[in-house]
Amino acid sequence: MNYIGEHLLPGQIGHFLAILSFVSSLIASYAYFNANKESNISDRQSWIRFSRAVFAVETISVFAIFGLIVFIVSNHYHEYFFAWNHSSRSLEPKYLLSCIWEDQSGSFLLWSIWHCVLGWVLIWKNKEWEAGTLFVINVGQVCISSMLLGIYFFGAKIGNNPFILWREHMPDIPIFANPDYLQLPRVYEGNDLNTLLQNYWMVIHPPILFLGFASTIIPFAFAFAGLMNNRHDWVKPVIPWASFSAAILGLGIMMGAAWAYESLSFGGYWAWDPVENASLVPWLTLVAGLHVNLVYKNTGYSLRSTYFFYFITFTLILYSTFLTRSGILADTSVHAFTVDDKNLQAIYIQLVGFILVFLVPAMYLFFRNLKKIPTIQKEEQTYSREFWMFIGALVLFMAGIVISAKTSTPVFNKVFGTKIAPPEDAEFAHNQIQVFVAMVVGLLTAVTQFLKYKNTSKDQFGKKIWIPTAIALVISLSISFLGGIHFDKKGPVFLVAIHIAIFTAVYAIVANLFYIIDALKGKLKSAGASVAHIGFGMVLVGILISSAKKTVLSWNTTGVTVLQKNEKGAQGDPAENLTLFKSVATDMGRYMVTYVKDTINPVDHKRYFEIDFSAKDKSDNFKLYPDVMKQNKGMEGFSANPSAKHYWFKDIFAYITSFQENNVADTATFRDKTIKTGDTLFYSNGLMILDKVVVNPEEQKSKLEAGEVSLFLNITVISKEGRKYQANPGIAIKGQSLRFVNDTIRAQSLVLQFNKVIDQANGKLEIGVKESGAITDLITLKVYEFPLINVLWLGVVVMVTGFGMAIRQRLLMKSNLKSV
Amino acid sequence: MKKTHIIILVLIAISIVVLISYTGDLSTYETISSARQKEGKFVTLIAKVDKKQPVEYDAIKNPNYLSFTALDSLGGSIKVIYHNNKPTDMEKSERIVLKGRVQGDHFDCKDILLKCPSKYKDDPNSTQKSVQSTGK
Repeated sequence: MNYIGEHLLPGQIGHFLAILSFVSSLIASYAYFNANKESNISDRQSWIRFSRAVFAVETISVFAIFGLIVFIVSNHYHEYFFAWNHSSRSLEPKYLLSCIWEDQSGSFLLWSIWHCVLGWVLIWKNKEWEAGTLFVINVGQVCISSMLLGIYFFGAKIGNNPFILWREHMPDIPIFANPDYLQLPRVYEGNDLNTLLQNYWMVIHPPILFLGFASTIIPFAFAFAGLMNNRHDWVKPVIPWASFSAAILGLGIMMGAAWAYESLSFGGYWAWDPVENASLVPWLTLVAGLHVNLVYKNTGYSLRSTYFFYFITFTLILYSTFLTRSGILADTSVHAFTVDDKNLQAIYIQLVGFILVFLVPAMYLFFRNLKKIPTIQKEEQTYSREFWMFIGALVLFMAGIVISAKTSTPVFNKVFGTKIAPPEDAEFAHNQIQVFVAMVVGLLTAVTQFLKYKNTSKDQFGKKIWIPTAIALVISLSISFLGGIHFDKKGPVFLVAIHIAIFTAVYAIVANLFYIIDALKGKLKSAGASVAHIGFGMVLVGILISSAKKTVLSWNTTGVTVLQKNEKGAQGDPAENLTLFKSVATDMGRYMVTYVKDTINPVDHKRYFEIDFSAKDKSDNFKLYPDVMKQNKGMEGFSANPSAKHYWFKDIFAYITSFQENNVADTATFRDKTIKTGDTLFYSNGLMILDKVVVNPEEQKSKLEAGEVSLFLNITVISKEGRKYQANPGIAIKGQSLRFVNDTIRAQSLVLQFNKVIDQANGKLEIGVKESGAITDLITLKVYEFPLINVLWLGVVVMVTGFGMAIRQRLLMKSNLKSV
Repeated sequence: MKKTHIIILVLIAISIVVLISYTGDLSTYETISSARQKEGKFVTLIAKVDKKQPVEYDAIKNPNYLSFTALDSLGGSIKVIYHNNKPTDMEKSERIVLKGRVQGDHFDCKDILLKCPSKYKDDPNSTQKSVQSTGK
């Protein structure tokens, strides 16, 4: 059949390039391996020249693949499944790149691009180690580019070709019987980008995170090259790389946390998903590796552990990739892929292979050469920096193991056929351990800088350390006593632990500040490490305080709770949702909240709700604009995006959990009832009491026109749920004309009309009661308050800045050495 | 024995203790019928919404009350009560992961995790549905 309007050329070129990049990475691995082995200088040089040429071909192919995908997606060539499945014509152009990382193969491509870029920087900066390190990187490239192949090899499909035509990918769909299928409306429009990813964090978070992922291969590569060549002087050039990697990986993870905080509506940033936790573990081991690396460089201790940590870091990156993409977390994670797909089975095997390709040779070389790796027999001094740095690294590693073991239960289930599920409070299961880790690491971060390498005199140490200790104690005690940390939900031990951890985190900040002033005499150039430590301390303080003090503001305090408490009692869960009726102010603790209106923005297709928050004591008044977006990809319903009011010391954070729009025509009619003052009338959802009749009430003046005389009723409506409402229907009279001033109780869909006075002597009146289907739009809202969360975000920025300063300092030192 | 060795051993011991104590917190995946046997114990169920039974959620009456009937692959069914908002798309979901405990005749749910069709996988069926929903 001849299909109309297809563009086949870009896909053919793309698939060719995918195969080319796979083949060239294979050749480059082989060539670099030979270059590394070759001892003859001129032969070695020719191998290196050849390898570089092949690596250049590979780099160009990878970039060209990326360019072609961008081309296909931005031109809406929906004959390609990739373009159709991840984009639409109405998608905002700024999300074009997000379409690429929504896809499995697209995100592997991103990883591959970073490998190429980092590879060239290595060639430029570290020529001495080029052959060994580039060999390792190219092996990584072989694994990654095989994910993009999409070819059959002895009946097994290897990788997914991002350039596959839709009609080849799913040949059984009947639409392909139509040669003009591209003009079908849903095909023409495109399946759109997942609404969760239509967020600015998703434009920036994946490239940074994948740069972090990709950069962890470099310490691995240096260590591997070191063992292959039996040389250990790589520990010096690797330091800026490991610092860079720790900075970028940390930044990427925290951007993911920020995205979760701002967009996923889970009301948190940590421990909400095993995938996030799994990516934190390699960061911990990398930081551990960086510290023992510094120990070795300065003292000669800890070389074996440096090797071990760098090897394990990249392996753990691969393991977290496996957890995310193999579908094994399907039942425990929100963003894992699902398993029962044939493609995923293949990817599962490929991913396991990817891990083994790196883990097995590295561990083989490590244990075979273990005896040859130089160590110092004499023990470290207790009053030495290296001893405590090593302990700190071990604690980080153990913390990583614990987190990793907890996230691996699905793997454990798969291997042993058990049926272990996550615990009731997964977040607390992590926190109750990690708070002790925070305690120890905070303390070590504070104290260790004041110890010197090799040995420190106790007097000097004592003299230096007491000032920051005292200051930190004062600050943290004032936080503990004045900060109002009443986190007693989990028992006194945990609360005490939190207070101690707050002290050590503050201690880390103060002591490092003091170190910059005192020991470094304020020389900021060489203060990179201290600045990074200050940032780390701030991150700890931010995490401790914000998670210990997160409060639910939308705690349901309306009449509904009375009913609920009985049912809930046993569980004691907060009833976190509050129902708001359009333009009815509702009581929410310190605030009166009103759902003012909603509007649909035609550009981003989101529906924005205007929610007014007025503090009851008049101290504060602001509006939040949480929004919802219609789900795409064949799903109904909406995805919600929160909106936050940022203060320097807290965030108030609100999002829509459901909304109902009234689009039912009002067909109900008034039923007339006779009533006297003090009488009770029933309606379908409760009752109403006529309190009194008022002539010309002052408070109703605004509803009247000039010269009108009025008669108003005060009616109390009590719904079955126990909510009370005031209603004031009235009549306005001017000369001979009479006008009804009806009152509506939106929340009850109730309209009251004061019809007439029947018998003035007996006080008998007639009112009309109308109950219609739904009168008003309503939303349910959740509102949280996070105190001091900005300290966390600011801490991340400070930490990354510190790493940057440290890297700059190392590079300057190196170029100074060269020029001398 | 070196100090570092002692400390390594202590840390390993702590990690083991921590992990063993953690296993005490863990719950298990159960079927509806086996969960009924363990009334009051915190469990995880994998099920789907029984579409023949009513899903009760009315934000006007109570925004924190959802009840529906869950059905598992072995044919067991149980009424589920969830004191929170109704997750969007719940009825559409192929599988739902429910965490909570059986209390008398119903399942008192603490957390619902949805597995939506076509969210992350290339499933021809849902793709076709998506194409045909407004197409020809």
